[in-house]
Amino acid sequence: MSRSILILGANSDIARACAHRFAQDGYAVRLAARDTNALASDVTDIALRHRVDVTAHAFDALDTPGFAAFLDALPELPGTVLCAVGVMGDQDQSQTDPDAAARVLRSNFEGPALILGLLAERFEARGSGTIIGISSVAGDRGRASNYVYGAAKAGFTAFLSGMRNRFARSDIHVVTVKPGFVATRMTEGLDLNPRLTAQPDEVADAIFAAQTKRRNVIYVKPLWRWIMTIIRVLPEVVFKKTSL
Amino acid sequence: MQISGWGRYPRIQAKLSTPRSEAALAALLDGGPLIARGMGRAYGDSALAAHTVSMLRLNHMIDFDPQTGQLVAEAGVTLQEIIRAFLPRGWFLSVTPGTQFVSLGGAIAADVHGKNHHSEGAFSAFVDWFDLMGPGGTVTRCSRTENKELFGWTLGGMGLTGIVLRAAIRLKRVHSGWIRQTTIAAQNLDQALAAFEDTYSATYSMAWIDCAATGDTMGRSIVMNGEHALRADLPATHRARPFDIPGHSGKSIPFDFPGFVLNPWSVRAFNEFYFRMNARKPAQSLVGWENFFYPLDAVRDWNRIYGRKGFMQFQCVVPLESHAEGLRAILDAISRSGAGSFLAVLKRFGAQDSRLSFPMEGYTLALDFPMTTRALALMPELDRITADHGGRFYLAKDSRLPAQTLLDTDPRWQKFAAMRRQKGLAGQFASAQSERLGL
Repeated sequence: MSRSILILGANSDIARACAHRFAQDGYAVRLAARDTNALASDVTDIALRHRVDVTAHAFDALDTPGFAAFLDALPELPGTVLCAVGVMGDQDQSQTDPDAAARVLRSNFEGPALILGLLAERFEARGSGTIIGISSVAGDRGRASNYVYGAAKAGFTAFLSGMRNRFARSDIHVVTVKPGFVATRMTEGLDLNPRLTAQPDEVADAIFAAQTKRRNVIYVKPLWRWIMTIIRVLPEVVFKKTSL
Repeated sequence: MQISGWGRYPRIQAKLSTPRSEAALAALLDGGPLIARGMGRAYGDSALAAHTVSMLRLNHMIDFDPQTGQLVAEAGVTLQEIIRAFLPRGWFLSVTPGTQFVSLGGAIAADVHGKNHHSEGAFSAFVDWFDLMGPGGTVTRCSRTENKELFGWTLGGMGLTGIVLRAAIRLKRVHSGWIRQTTIAAQNLDQALAAFEDTYSATYSMAWIDCAATGDTMGRSIVMNGEHALRADLPATHRARPFDIPGHSGKSIPFDFPGFVLNPWSVRAFNEFYFRMNARKPAQSLVGWENFFYPLDAVRDWNRIYGRKGFMQFQCVVPLESHAEGLRAILDAISRSGAGSFLAVLKRFGAQDSRLSFPMEGYTLALDFPMTTRALALMPELDRITADHGGRFYLAKDSRLPAQTLLDTDPRWQKFAAMRRQKGLAGQFASAQSERLGL
C-alpha cells in the first residue's frame, strides 16, 4: 500500500511542518483547509522538495453535512489522518458573545471530533489506520485565562482517548498530541519561555516518531508532562486561587 | 523581544514580525524603518532593527529545472533545505559559506563566499535573478539584464535596498556527497601562503591558522584543499549510494560557558592540539560534505562557548600586492595583545564579483574574539593595519567598525549611501549596522 496522510487544517504552521515531515518519508500528502488558494504554494513546495504526490482539498470544519462528501472526493482513504484544526479565540469575547464561544467550541471540538469519528468508521471497515489529533495542554485543566478553548480541547482529548480505548485491540492507532507552547502564528508576539516553546519542526518530528512508535499521548517538550501533572493534581481549593 | 546576531553582541529589544504571505509582508512596508532577517547568522548587527522582519515563513521552493540546475525559491529557504532536497539528485550549492544554516535571502544580502571563491566566485555569481520588494510593497524583478543597477546594489547590499522575496540560483552538478581532501601542514605563514599559491588550481581551499603561535612558527596553518569526488573515487562500498554520508553526531552546547573557559592558555592549548592532530593525519582523505564544508554545524549553538557576553568576529581582506606584510602585521598585533583568537581562518580570494562584493584578489583572514576589553582594544589596531595595506572589511561579520573607517577603506559604501538617499530607500530599510555606519 502506498502510504498517504490527510492533513486537516493544513494552513497552520504545525500542519505545514508535519506535511514536510511525512513527505520526507515518502508519504503522499493530502492538504485540506478552507482556503485552498493559500495551499497552492505548499503543494508545489512539498512536491518539489520530496518528490511525492501532493494535492489540495477544500475542507471546512464547521460544515458537518459536507464531511462525507469531502472524504468521498479524496484520491484514496488515507493511511493516516492528522487533525490540526483549531482556533484560539478570545477568552473575553467568548465570555460575553455566545456565537463567538460556539465558534471556538465547534472549531476545536465538534468539527475535529466528528470528522475523525467518520474517518474512524472507514478505518475500521478497512482494518487499519492512524488517527492523530492535535489537542492542547489547555484541555488538561480549565483556567480562567482560556477555559472556553480549554473546554473544547478537553472534549477533544476525551474523544481521542475514547477512540483509542475502542480500537486498542485492532490495527487502528490513535495519538493525542499536546504541543505546549509552539512558535506559530497563534503565539506570535507573546513572550514565551524558550525552554517551554517548541518549533513547528520539533512538533512534526515528535508526531512522526509517535506514529512510528505507536505512542498514545505525547507532549513535545518533556517539561510539559511534569508541569501538567502538577497542575492536574493540585487540590481544587488551591488551584482555584491560582492565576496560571 | 530581545534579538542578537550570531555573536550575541549587541542585543537589542525589537518587534519581530513574521509575515506568511507576500501581501502580509507588503503591509509591513509602511514607511517606518525595518530590516529583513533570515537565520540570524550574521555575527553583528546586520539583521537587527527596532522593527525586524523574519523571512523564515516565506520559505517555499517554487521551481527546479534539472536541465540547467536553476532553482527558484523564496528568500526564507535555507541552504540546508536546498542541500537536503537536491544533493540526493546530484546537485550541490555552487557557493556555500561555512554554515548551512543561512537563508537564501541572507546569502544574497551578504553576497557570501566559500572555499571556492578563488576558482568560482561568490554567491552572487550564481544568482540569475531575484524579486525585490521596495518601499510601498512594489516588487521589482532584477537580473543582469533587467534593473541591473538595483541588481548590483542588492548583491552584498546587506538588505538595505529592499527585501528579496524569491530568487533563481544555479546549482552545480556533483557525482557524490564526498570530497577528496588534501591536507598540508604549513609550519609558518610563508609556507601557508606558498601552499595556497602552489595549489591555486584546487576547486576548494582554506586554512585553519594558529594565531597563538609566535616567532618561527607564527602563522602556522593547516591548509585544506578539496575536490568533489567522482563515483569512481569512492571505495566500492560507497559507490552504490554515493550521496549517503554517515551524519553529524548533532552535539550541542547546552548552556553558556563561563567567561574564564576561553582564556589565552586554553586557546593556546587547543590550537597546539588541533595543529598536531591535523599534521599527523594522512595528506589525502575522503570526507563527507558536512565535515568538509560545515564542521562547526556539528556543534549546535557553538556560539555559547563564548559565554553570555558573546564574541565578535573580525574579517578583512588584504590585496595581493601587500598581503604577506599585512597578514604578518595582523598576527603580530594579535600575539602582542594576548587576545588569542580561538578560531581563525585564512583563505585566498579571487577577483571581486559584484559591485558591492566584499572579496577582492588577495587573502582574507577571519578571527573570533571573545567580547573582552582586551579584544576590543585590539580592534582599532587591526582596522588600522588593514587600512594601511589597502584592505577592507566584511559587514556580515561586523558589530563595531567605526563609520569613518568603513568609508575611508571602501568608498563604494559612500556611493551606496548616496544611492539609498536618492531612491528613498534610507527611510524604509535600516539596520542597527546601517545606522552605525551611516549608510
